[in-house]
Amino acid sequence: MSNLDAKIPEGPLSEKWTNHKNHMKLVAPNNRPKIDVIVVGTGLAGASAAASLGEMGYNVKAFCFQDSPRRAHSIAAQGGINAAKNYQNDGDSVYRLFYDTIKGGDYRAREANVHRLAEVSGNIIDQCVAQGVPFAREYGGLLDNRSFGGTQVQRTFYAAGQTGQQLLLGAYSALSRQIGLGRVKMYHRHEMLDLVVVDGKARGIIARNLVTGEIERHSAHAVVIASGGYGNVYFLSTNAMGSNVSAAWKVHKRGAYFANPCFVQIHPTCIPVHGTNQSKLTLMSESLRNSGRIWVPAKKEDAEAIREGRLKPTQIAEGDRDYFLERRYPAFGNLVPRDVASRAAKERCDAGFGIEANDTNEGVYLDFSSEIRSKGKQAAFAKGDHNPSEETILAMGKKWIEEKYGNLFQMYEKITDENPYETPMKIYPAVHYTMGGVWVDYNLQSTIPGCFVTGEANFSDHGANRLGASALMQGLADGYFVLPYTLSNYLAEDIRTGTISTDAPEFEEAERAVTERIQLFLNNKGTKSVDYFHKKLGLIMWNKVGMGRNEAGLKEAIDEIKALREAFYADVFVPGEANEMNTELEKALRVADFIELGQLMAVDALSRNESCGGHFREEYQDAEGETLRDDKNFKMVAAWEYQGGDAKQATLHKEELKYEFIKIAARNYK
Amino acid sequence: MATKFINITLKIWRQKNSQAKGSLETYKLDHVSTDSSFLEMLDQLNEQLINNNESPVAFDHDCREGICGMCSLYINGRAHGPDTGTTTCQLHMRKFNDGETIYIEPWRSKAFPIIKDLVVDRSAFDRIQQAGGFVSVNTSGRTMDANAIPVAKSDADKAFEAAACIGCGACVAACKNSSAMLFVGAKVSQYALLPQGQVEGRERVLNMVRQMDEEGFGNCTNTGACEVECPKGISIENIARMNRELIKAAVSSDKE
Repeated sequence: MSNLDAKIPEGPLSEKWTNHKNHMKLVAPNNRPKIDVIVVGTGLAGASAAASLGEMGYNVKAFCFQDSPRRAHSIAAQGGINAAKNYQNDGDSVYRLFYDTIKGGDYRAREANVHRLAEVSGNIIDQCVAQGVPFAREYGGLLDNRSFGGTQVQRTFYAAGQTGQQLLLGAYSALSRQIGLGRVKMYHRHEMLDLVVVDGKARGIIARNLVTGEIERHSAHAVVIASGGYGNVYFLSTNAMGSNVSAAWKVHKRGAYFANPCFVQIHPTCIPVHGTNQSKLTLMSESLRNSGRIWVPAKKEDAEAIREGRLKPTQIAEGDRDYFLERRYPAFGNLVPRDVASRAAKERCDAGFGIEANDTNEGVYLDFSSEIRSKGKQAAFAKGDHNPSEETILAMGKKWIEEKYGNLFQMYEKITDENPYETPMKIYPAVHYTMGGVWVDYNLQSTIPGCFVTGEANFSDHGANRLGASALMQGLADGYFVLPYTLSNYLAEDIRTGTISTDAPEFEEAERAVTERIQLFLNNKGTKSVDYFHKKLGLIMWNKVGMGRNEAGLKEAIDEIKALREAFYADVFVPGEANEMNTELEKALRVADFIELGQLMAVDALSRNESCGGHFREEYQDAEGETLRDDKNFKMVAAWEYQGGDAKQATLHKEELKYEFIKIAARNYK
Repeated sequence: MATKFINITLKIWRQKNSQAKGSLETYKLDHVSTDSSFLEMLDQLNEQLINNNESPVAFDHDCREGICGMCSLYINGRAHGPDTGTTTCQLHMRKFNDGETIYIEPWRSKAFPIIKDLVVDRSAFDRIQQAGGFVSVNTSGRTMDANAIPVAKSDADKAFEAAACIGCGACVAACKNSSAMLFVGAKVSQYALLPQGQVEGRERVLNMVRQMDEEGFGNCTNTGACEVECPKGISIENIARMNRELIKAAVSSDKE
């Protein structure tokens, strides 16, 4: 065990980043074309980095497994992006965004990183508007804002319920421009299968062409991993089907530490599970909590009647509804942070008040009827009708809702066959985002020199719980405004290195290992599909490393996953050949990594004997069921070093978290 | 909303690779939940094929929330199937009947060559975007403040509606001419409607249309099938706007 040095610059908090930028080494424009950089992943973090580095003049090679860089899963982010612009004059500032983020993360994020994030947040909005991102505007032509969980200001910029799409298409347009200019070479339908380390430095990757099956060597002076999060370890999550941990996990296997793997965000408002053939879960944006009120029946017999179809939610009288978030957290109400809202929903369902007629009765209502009435009335008044009829109020209210959330309401109706304008949405928490990831220092560099990790793939900015609308902010901050500086500082040493040869024995070894692994799966000829094992893993993770965790369950999970890993290698069946498009082979390679990661998550959760943010250990809660941190022993980042496929052998390293500028306290949203 | 189970027959286009000759193959699939999405139904078929030691059907998909644009499929002769305003991943089996035969084919267009089974190569769209679908602004912490230029809400809303295109290619698949003009029109419109897009407006429309033609997409004959089949409801007004931009660019004197 060692103490990790995050290389945080000296000086007052608000001057650290400026001072650091002023003193970092630069690479002159004439030297940049001599330097190659690989970027893996083309979501917000990857596309913004690849575009910016291309603009600077580096030779960039970008990789994505999708058929186009525009399809990375950042595209599915719905609600918005935070920035401390204070356009609404409601007391926002860089400090307040910084403070809200640290507090929202339950005091498990690094102060200096978070402050830098808040500092550059305003630049992101400026940059995106300059790119032609069509944010929502007010009638005066200026940008509109809304509120998100864990804040008491309106700092969230948005484009209907498709903010991620618009931001990603903005970054994709910048990336496309560089591809067109020949400064970025794009490798779509390619998957990174290993990192190549030469003389202790990251110098390239091994990738598989997913169309031809060809194994390719790519060299570079530095490698940026921007491959997203690992929520699909649960099988069912709001992640895309292809979202995977493999790029990050390969880096981990090559020596980079993996930090806080047990910090997973379970998002409160997703459409509940419908059946065993379900392939993924769908998020209903947090922005809906601006307008929707969450409730379950106050009486168990009503909940039961609803489940059995004898009662409709609209028949439950106001007085018989339990708006449990408003009841428990009057100061923040329905806009408490995600981890708090999710646990509260689980508590009600566990107590027997769930309303969904699935195996577990897990579901609560998100009800828009109050908002439809109040906004409908406002809209009527604005049109000069000061005595609107009931009919007018409802019609205008629904129109207002449609403008704000139309695409989300439509998506809900397509999936559930129910009309959310008429009856409340049914929702339940689902795995959504992973705060944990590859450990990086202040410069976003992992413990392998030359291997940088950005966006959701790293661990650095959200502590134990991410606030809504902050993932987009972090991805773009890393790619547009942090990495171009810190990566140049590293590359300044490489201006005389020359092209890295792919003939080095390290490339040969890595390629051979990849080829052997592929053959191992194809020759295995087992009896069960990859999905069979992935679903098993998902169930273990959801039941024992999910919203509530305890010592006994985690110990069971660790052993069960070990057994599952053995069964997987003994009995998995992967049809087809290596030299063709083979989607089952792709899945097998990814699930193999998920199994190893899943076990490490359980090991990490077991070793963190406290509750914080999304990590809720049932043994550590106060009388009201809130998280009970142990700052004396766990005010730290747990960074794990790989020691082979059995995560029980992994070595723990710690980074002490120092709170020099913020007073650490119990999180209170009451 | 009671869950039902249906039995169906599938006629699916199978093609080993871009060179091979393809054909429709028939599969029976029982006990499909009406709550399943169309792609979950295909997952179920693939699980059955794998268990029978047969090759699973290759199809493109990723987010399964109707936003990434990766899923495609011509279902019973319609792009993204019988439901309107939806992608294949958001199409649910409750739209089909017990005992029904469902035909599933890839997008058919010269500019979208088949890679395998139902998977096609849509990189022509990326190349059109690379030709001009951007504002030439480098990353900088020093662009002007985001509120420096007010944009009329109606323009911002129209730009957003055009920008909502997911690049799936249904417009091309639905068009008898394999025209990509709805896709290109939407991108041109987004920028044409915003002040930030004005500076390069002329070059943008000329370059994007040139690339569109080079990729082998056909011309527009105002049939309107693209608009009907577009899962995001992109209006053909955007094609008209692109044509106006193109005429403006063609008749204005060359700045260089």
